[in-house]
Amino acid sequence: MKYARIFVLVLFSILGAIARAAGQGEEPRSIAITAKRFEFVPSTITLKKGETVKLVVKSEDVTHGLFLRPLKIDTDLTPGETQEITVTPQTAGTFSAICHHFCGSGHGGMKLTVVVE
Amino acid sequence: MKDPVNRRTFMKIAGTSIGVGALFHVAPLLGATPGGRRIAALLGKKNGEAPTAFSFVQLSDTHVGFSGPPNPLGTQAFENAVDIINGLKERPDLVLFTGDLTHDSENPVEHADRMRLFQKIASRLKVPLVKSVPGEHDAGLDGGKLFRETFGETHYSFDHRGVHFIALDNVSLARPNVGPEQIAWLKKDLARFPTTAPIVVFTHRPLFDLRPDWEWFTGDGDEVLNALASYENVTVLYGHIHREHTHTEGHTTHRAARSLIFAFPDPEAGVPKKPIPFDPQKPFQNLGLRVVNEPGTRAGSTPRIQEVELTLREYAGTVGVQQLLKEGVSL
Repeated sequence: MKYARIFVLVLFSILGAIARAAGQGEEPRSIAITAKRFEFVPSTITLKKGETVKLVVKSEDVTHGLFLRPLKIDTDLTPGETQEITVTPQTAGTFSAICHHFCGSGHGGMKLTVVVE
Repeated sequence: MKDPVNRRTFMKIAGTSIGVGALFHVAPLLGATPGGRRIAALLGKKNGEAPTAFSFVQLSDTHVGFSGPPNPLGTQAFENAVDIINGLKERPDLVLFTGDLTHDSENPVEHADRMRLFQKIASRLKVPLVKSVPGEHDAGLDGGKLFRETFGETHYSFDHRGVHFIALDNVSLARPNVGPEQIAWLKKDLARFPTTAPIVVFTHRPLFDLRPDWEWFTGDGDEVLNALASYENVTVLYGHIHREHTHTEGHTTHRAARSLIFAFPDPEAGVPKKPIPFDPQKPFQNLGLRVVNEPGTRAGSTPRIQEVELTLREYAGTVGVQQLLKEGVSL
């Protein structure tokens, strides 16, 4: 009986360790974003404070930019290339990411709303 | 005897809104005193040219070629501005255009036509000197190629009556950046001047973070401002934001001029960045061309409405180029 209890405890410990290890290796949530004249699709994304998220971003026409200082995002988006940007927002709020690579007449209104809950 | 001249008010640039931009008066205040004349002579030696009084005008964001709901009148405000400047009692020496002279076009031929139309209207200015820098609508799509072919270099400097003018390009890299090459050029350009030299930088975007999420900033603006930090008399004139704005940091004062096409809202008003809607009853109000009622000449006559009010307000007394000599410089 005593050995059976020890066996169960060890078994649970091992299972717990395996579960924790699996959790650590879990891929962060991924959000696909496409830039095109003169919008981002989707136009709004929602993140959670403290959650690590992978933004998979590409341009489907000309070179665009993606700039959001609160999340330290500052990159060009070249057509034909896909970028993965990993972020972990620390502040809740609503932010505007913009295209900061001039792309034509509607450039000034090209933005992506980022909601951090 | 203590020198009666207050060195911090040796030269002033006072800006006056004239409804179409800003008229700047550069006024050395020394000539009346022997001490002042000695300072002016010293500065003449140091800067290569002794400061003398003159005025200049800043215009911005004419967007020649733009046509849309925010302003269906096209170049009308720009043409009015030219008329106003030509009618000024004090003829300015210089007109500076701080970018977005034209609205962009995918078609290079059409964009070239817009630049020629800009030149045609600007050529009516009865001033000795017209200088410009590009905005992103002029140079963002082709790296400034067409602008250079039409107007010349996108960054350069020149001296005028003791003031050093620096044209900075923060649009041709497509991103809001000046770039390391131009910053190196700037440092070299500044090196020949004493820290007391009056400097006017004119550029398109603000060099400080006004609203980065509206693209109202320059990514490497800090590096430019650091290069200018040891100079005591720096005024930065810019456009891009389509409204007046003043911002002082250290010895540097930023001043934005209004647009001649449409206005953007107050960045601190908590509203979206969208052009202020066109009002056909007051087509130029947000461009600074105010409607003024003037009394009629006969009793009971309807007040005459002018689209322009001159001398709307003084920016300040001694601002901009506040100081030409370092405190403690021995004469």
